[in-house]
Parts: sequence; C-alpha cells; structure tokens
Amino acid sequence: MEAWKNFKSGAWQHGINVEDFIVQNVTSYEGDESFLEKISDKTANLWKQCEELLAEEIKLGVLDIDMEHISGVNHFKPGYIEKQNEVIVGLQSDAPLKRIINPYGGIRLVESILDTYRRPMPQTLKIAFEDWSKTHNQGVFDAYTKDMRTARSTGLLTGLPDAYGRGRIIGDYRRVALYGIDYLIEQKKADLANIAVSSEEHIRLREEVSEQIRALVDTKAMAASYGFDISQPALNAQQAIQWLYFAYLAAVKQNNGAAMSLGRTSTFLDIYIERDLHDGVLTEYQAQELIDQFVMKLRLVRHLRTPEYDELFAGDPTWVTESIGGVGVNGQNLVTKNSFRYLHTLTNLGPAPEPNMTILWSEALPEAFKKYCAKMSIDTGAIQYENDDLMRPIFGSDYGISCCVSAMSIGKQMQYFGARVNLAKALLLAINGGKDELSGKVMFGDIEQDTAEVLDFNTVMKRFDLVLQKTAKLYVETMNVIHYMHDKYAYESSQLALHDTSVERLMAFGVAGLSVVADSLSAIKHASVKPVRNEQGLTTDFVIDGEFPCYGNDDDRADDFAVDVVTRFSRYLKSHALYRNAKHTLSVLTITSNVVYGKKTGSTPDGRKYGEAFAPGANPMHGRDRSGALASLNSVAKIPYNEVCLDGVSNTFSIVPTALGKTKDDQIANTVNLMDGYFGQKAHHLNVNVLDRNKLMDAMEHPEKYPHLTIRVSGYAVHFARLTLAQKKEVISRTFHDAV
Amino acid sequence: MMQSKGYVSKIETFATADGPGIRTVVFLAGCTLRCLYCHNPDMWTTQGASEYTVEQLMSRLRKMKPYFKNGGGVSFCGGEPLSQSEFLIQMLKACKDEGIHTVLDTAGVGNPDAFEEVLSNTDLILLDIKGVDEENYYRLTQRKASTATKFLETAIAMSKPMWLRHVVVPNINDSIEHIEKLYELIKDIPRVERVELLPYHTLGNTKYEKMNEPYPLEGVKALEKDVVQKLQSHLDLLRLSA
Repeated sequence: MEAWKNFKSGAWQHGINVEDFIVQNVTSYEGDESFLEKISDKTANLWKQCEELLAEEIKLGVLDIDMEHISGVNHFKPGYIEKQNEVIVGLQSDAPLKRIINPYGGIRLVESILDTYRRPMPQTLKIAFEDWSKTHNQGVFDAYTKDMRTARSTGLLTGLPDAYGRGRIIGDYRRVALYGIDYLIEQKKADLANIAVSSEEHIRLREEVSEQIRALVDTKAMAASYGFDISQPALNAQQAIQWLYFAYLAAVKQNNGAAMSLGRTSTFLDIYIERDLHDGVLTEYQAQELIDQFVMKLRLVRHLRTPEYDELFAGDPTWVTESIGGVGVNGQNLVTKNSFRYLHTLTNLGPAPEPNMTILWSEALPEAFKKYCAKMSIDTGAIQYENDDLMRPIFGSDYGISCCVSAMSIGKQMQYFGARVNLAKALLLAINGGKDELSGKVMFGDIEQDTAEVLDFNTVMKRFDLVLQKTAKLYVETMNVIHYMHDKYAYESSQLALHDTSVERLMAFGVAGLSVVADSLSAIKHASVKPVRNEQGLTTDFVIDGEFPCYGNDDDRADDFAVDVVTRFSRYLKSHALYRNAKHTLSVLTITSNVVYGKKTGSTPDGRKYGEAFAPGANPMHGRDRSGALASLNSVAKIPYNEVCLDGVSNTFSIVPTALGKTKDDQIANTVNLMDGYFGQKAHHLNVNVLDRNKLMDAMEHPEKYPHLTIRVSGYAVHFARLTLAQKKEVISRTFHDAV
Repeated sequence: MMQSKGYVSKIETFATADGPGIRTVVFLAGCTLRCLYCHNPDMWTTQGASEYTVEQLMSRLRKMKPYFKNGGGVSFCGGEPLSQSEFLIQMLKACKDEGIHTVLDTAGVGNPDAFEEVLSNTDLILLDIKGVDEENYYRLTQRKASTATKFLETAIAMSKPMWLRHVVVPNINDSIEHIEKLYELIKDIPRVERVELLPYHTLGNTKYEKMNEPYPLEGVKALEKDVVQKLQSHLDLLRLSA
C-alpha cells in the first residue's frame, strides 16, 4: 500500500495495533535541541491574529457563542483563521474561539451560562431538551438518593460530573491517520456482527457500537467539508497530522468533557515526518511549521462553562494533555525529534497552558532530552512530569495521561471520572457526630457525637474510619448512578469509536485535603487539641497546645497518616462493585478546587481556620514543609501509587531560580537530578515552577507586564492572569523553596 | 566503637551553593569565632540544637541519596563543624561507607589534633578565608588566626581539593588592594577548584535582636551586586594570568 511504503511490517498491518506500529518504526533520538527551526512566517502571521482574539477573549470572558447549532461531529460549517496561511485546518465551530452549546449534559446549565453571557435561550432548544427529551443531569437526579443529595450539598462529594461532560476519555486519534476511517468502520461492523443479543449489557453495547459507526461516518463527512478525504490512510506527514487532528476535532465538536486529552501523538507522528524528511519531500522548517500550527489549533479549543465551574477549575483549562517521551517495554527510547518539536512550540508560539505538555520521565531517557525539558521548565513553567518507570509496568508502553495525572492504555482503556471527596470534611463529620460542621445537616446518622474536652486520638480515629467506610459506599453508588446516566444520555461515540470495542473501564475516585487530615491526626495524637463547640455542639474551632510533626518534612510520624488514610479509603472503595465491572482507581488531585474546598470547610484540628485554602493535590500545607525541598518531595513520594492511588498523586513544586543553582547550566543539571531523585523513589507526578514570589506579586499588581506568565497549578498550567484573586493569593502563599 | 552524639542546629535538605550538585546541609552547632558579619549567631553554642547519634542522622541523610547523582552529597557546615570534630569524623566515615560525597564547609577552627583525620575522610573542603593577615583576621573574627593557618597548612600538605571563599564587607574589605592581598595569600595553594567572593548580606540581623545581642555591623548595608562582581572578575583575571 502506498500509504505504508517504507514502513517496517508487523502485527499492526493485520489488525488495529498502533503500539506495534510505533515499536517497529520509531527512530529514537539521543541528540540535543540544536536542530530545531524557528517559527515560519505563515505561522507567525496566524498566531498574531490569534493573540489578538485571545486578548479580546480575556476581556469578554467568552469571545462568541454559536447560537444556531448544538454540539455534534458534523454540525458546523468549516472554520478558518486565515485559510491561505493554514497548513493544518479545522476549528470546533465556524470561527476561532466561538464556543459550542452542548445540551446533553444538562439543559439548565446551558440556560444559566447563556444568561451569564446575556444571550437568549433558543426556544427550540429549551423545548427539545426540557419537554421532548431528557439530559444526563435529569437522569442522574431521577436516580439520586437523599443521602447523595446531602453529600453533594454539604460538599462532602464535590465537582461530580452530574451536570457537565465527564471527559477524561482519550480516543486513539492516531488510528484515523494510520488506517483511514473506512477500515475502522469495517472493523466496528465486524465487532457488531459478533455481539449476541443475550443480555442487557450486550444490547447496550450493540447500540453503542452502532453509534460509534455513525460517528466515524460523520467524522469523514466533517473532514470532507474541509476538502479532505480521510477514508484512506494518510500518505504523508501533513496528512497524518491533519487526519489525527480531524479525529480529535470530532471529539471536541461532539463533547465538552472537563478534560479532552490528546494522548500520545508526538512519537507516532515522528515516524511520518522522518519518512518525509528521508524522502526529501519535507524540510525541518516545514516539519516545525506543521507541529506549530497543529499545536496552535489545540490552543484554540474551548468549551462553554459556568462561572462556578471556572472557580473550581481556574483559567479555562481544556486539558489537551499530550504525553511525551517515555520508554518502550523492550527498553527502546521513545524520545524522537518530534518530542523536541512539540516542546519547541513553547518557544515559537510562546509559553501557554495548552496543550498540557506532560513528560513521561524515566531514568533511562536520553540525557540531552532531560536537560532540554529542564531548560524549558525553567524558561516557560509550562511542563509537568510523570513517572514512566512507575506507570509502564502497569499500563504498557502505549499509555497516555488524561487530564492531569490519569494514565490509561490508549484505545484500550477509558475512564469514568469521579471528582473527589473532601477528606477534611469527612474528618470533621467524625468529630461532629456525622453532622456537617457548617450547616448542621445530618450526613451519617449513626456516628457518635464527640464530647471530649480534649480530642482522644483513638476515639477520633475509630469514628473517622467509620465515616470513611460510609463515605466510600455512598461515593461508589453515586458514581455508578452518574456513569450509568452519562453512558445513556451523553455517550461519547466519536471517542469510543477510537477504542477497542471490548474496552476496559477505570473508575477514578479522588480525595482532597489529604495534608490537612494528616496534620490534623498528627496534632490530635502528638499535641493537645481542644474543640471549641457552638450551642448546637458543632465544632467552630480548635485550640492546639504543643508541637506536632507535619506532613512534608520526611517525618514518618506525620507522613504515615497520609499513607494510612489513602490506603484505607482505597480498600473501602474496592469493597463495592462498580458499574460495568469498572476497576477502582484513586487520585490525590485537586486541580484548583483546593481554594473552593477550603472556603466550604470549617476549621480543622491542624490549626487551619474556616475558609482557608487546602494545599493542592498531595502537597504539604503551605509553609509547613520546613525541612527543605528534598524532605518535602520525599514525604509526597511515600503516597503509594501501585494498588492504591493508581489515578495519580499530584505534587506542585515551586522553587526560586537562584535556589536551583548559580548558573543556568547548574540550574538545568540540578533540575534533572531533582527529578531523577524524586521519581527514583516511585513518586508519581511533579509540576515544576521555577519562579520567585516577588514576580507573582508584581504580576498581580501589573498584569499587563506579564501577559504570558504561565504557572503550573495542580496537574495543569494556567496563565496567571486568568486566575481569580483568591486563587492568585493561594498560589502566592504556597511554599517557595529558597536558597539557604 | 561508642557512637558519639552530635548537636545539630538545622538540616536543610536542598541546597545547591555549598558544593557540587544537589546537597543536603547539616548545620553543626558551636563556633568560637565571632565574625562581625556572622549570619548564624544562633549556632554559636549548642543551645537549642537537637541531639543526634550518628545512626539517627545517617537515617535522615540516607533518604536523600537518590538526589545525589552527579557529584551531589552532604555538606557539613555550622556553626563551625570542626568544633564537634569527634562526631564529625564519625559522620564523614559513615557517609564514606555509604558512598555519599562529603563537603566540609569550615573556617578551619577546632582541635588541631583532629585535622588530619577529618581531612582524610572529606571529599571536598570549602574553606572560608576570613582575613588576609593577622590584623585583618582579628578585626573580622575577634580571634587569632593561628588555628586556621594550621588547618590550611594541613590541607595543603594532604593535597585536598578546595573551594575557597571570602566574605566581602562594605568599607572593610571591599577594595581592589584587599582582593590583591587575598590573591597573594592563596595563589600558591594547590588544587583550588574555585574561589568565590561572597557579598555581605543582612539576612541574619533579626537573629541578633531575638538573642538580645548587639549586632556588630549595625547600619552597614548589604554589598552591592556589581561591586562583588567587579572584585570577583578582578580576582579571576589575576588567577587566570598567573
């Protein structure tokens, strides 16, 4: 076949197997970044126009909304920035940054968003989804129990995807480039023919596969509207990128999931680029142009969100996460020249939060690539790192990161996203007889009220354990309801079409406030903690007498509490069966919701006051990690990934440039050592921010001076200027590891 | 052998200035010098320091080993680490046994009988040259230079690799003439890998207030960056053209 000319043969030619294609054809690259090319004139011209639109968008909040159509793979006319300069084409709607209405998650949400941006609710839409048909949101609330509603309203469970798209699904967008749509349709038809109508599960699957086929047909039609026939495999690098992008575009036209990640595309595409470079039909300058323009398109992806949503997930993130680097199961280095080209977009187009560049770090990565990553981290603050040596044995060598930290085998696994439980609130329930500390609402009726003058560690721990057990059961049941309804009313057919039909499902639970709980338990055990109670008997504050060790100082007396709590909670979750036999996973990740969680949680026994922000993810509480950066990293590294927090353990690390070393070379070398040291201890994730507090304070007062200042928050990056005031303050109050 | 106990004022797990690579710094308490610019007066005595056995301290340092690739390791500073020479020797040996690179950040003041054993167990010496002659040394430290000179002589005799450091204070030793005297003092020392001029800073001032001690350099401003850069390049040029 012309499209596969000069590719090494293998199992990938006899069935869908992108991993094998990569293994057979990858050209590993051990060199440095000196081959990289500058931005092309076409790209610079386009990006200038985009930057003007982006500036306008920041002023308005939302640049434009398509009021004529609703979400769907082929519901929009083709859109361009400036056609003659575009070497990769395609936009979500018919104009850049024009957002799509997606009513399938919940129609009331759409109404409230339109109201926020002063747009009238289209009457047909209202009637269609309120009177004639249902949405995911309505389905969920039809099935929710009283306890589920209480857990939601008190904030024990928050951020649940019961009114918005769950996301976190990564289609294997590469399949379209490698095989062409027609072959994929053929394969799905063959799968469908083999699904017997023997149970409810099988009937559902037949319906789903039929929808998947329809989505593939629509994707082909959508590409045709841009003048491309993607029925057959891509013939060259430009087509490969374009086909892959159309597949991704279909996903973000149809769905508005919280995270719509890209997968692991750079090394796959490198194979096409290498072939074209070798054949002399492409230059390095053109190769970089293709990647720059592809990445530019990814930076323009938008979803229509409510202001409340923005408060939880600040800075309008879309989590177009791209996983770069890593090692093959056979020890092959998967870093290619294209890994460098992707990161180089941060230079050519300037630093930006999207796509969410994620380095799969292995001790075995080539030294030159490690150094280039470190350099780009120091220069742009836009990169995150995750431990390939930890994930590869579990997920194989063709997994990708979805959202911030969630690994999944591409095209073989999908995730049921589950937001998170507020552990600090769970601890307060244990102290307040199962009642919410703020509203007094009864969450769990059979927890005994604590009346001790000084909290007794064993009593609190026993009750906390009981609360965790009850919470786990309620959490599992809530998730089962949500995903049953999401599958039914907002099925992501265009993405699942790019998965194996027999997909493995991971259900991702999460926790927030881990460091607050670890320090609280440490305080109760090692110091004397007296609760201050109001007339209803609810705690309003705690008086702490004496010293206690805090999580974040590499001191097992405190760190063991963090390990114990996640291990227990994971065990309790696993004792309950999941919808569609999904597998339980758990994350310690807050994104930026640590600020909102704090706002909604009363004072805690660690001395944190009512309303104060939690630390993000698995971070130690602000300023309590006093033994230096390595001790802080070591504490987080203790949180177990294997078997326990398999959905990720997020650590956001801020360090002052001069503390990293005197010269830039020292800073780069030390960043590499820091990462090797951290990940060598089976730690999972690290966001690296190299900046000082003064710069952020200045950026708060003079945002115009720092239009591109990008920082890592928790699992993703944001433009600092797009954070709310409360979030900016929280970021500034974090521990900045400084020189001695 | 009985493990001796050490007094540790502080452990900073991540540092990059006190030796090559990533370093964990152990601040050993106690110092007999009274340098005018001392920024760790809280470490003059063992008061407030924590007691550690060799094994207790090693169990903390061992956890940092994964970060010590490419020359990193443990740095002992203070205070004056030589003021606890027995404990220091045992720590240096314990680090050596575990393959941890060691740096001794010292002014060369302590029991002279221990110098040889300390030096033979240390990988790199960061020697703080306090003064360029007897008088200058006394003015800055309020002590005599004889022990420090003995330490330097022993280190030279043992051919130890060294980084030399010298704190520059405005109006006291920030002149070109002074730097030239410093150069004369150090030019014949073998195996000097780096010479660093450290600008005087005022970050330690508040500690004096807390301790109710008068601050000897009250009112002296931190040395300007460009001054130290100018002196450093003058010194570097002298060393290069030698």
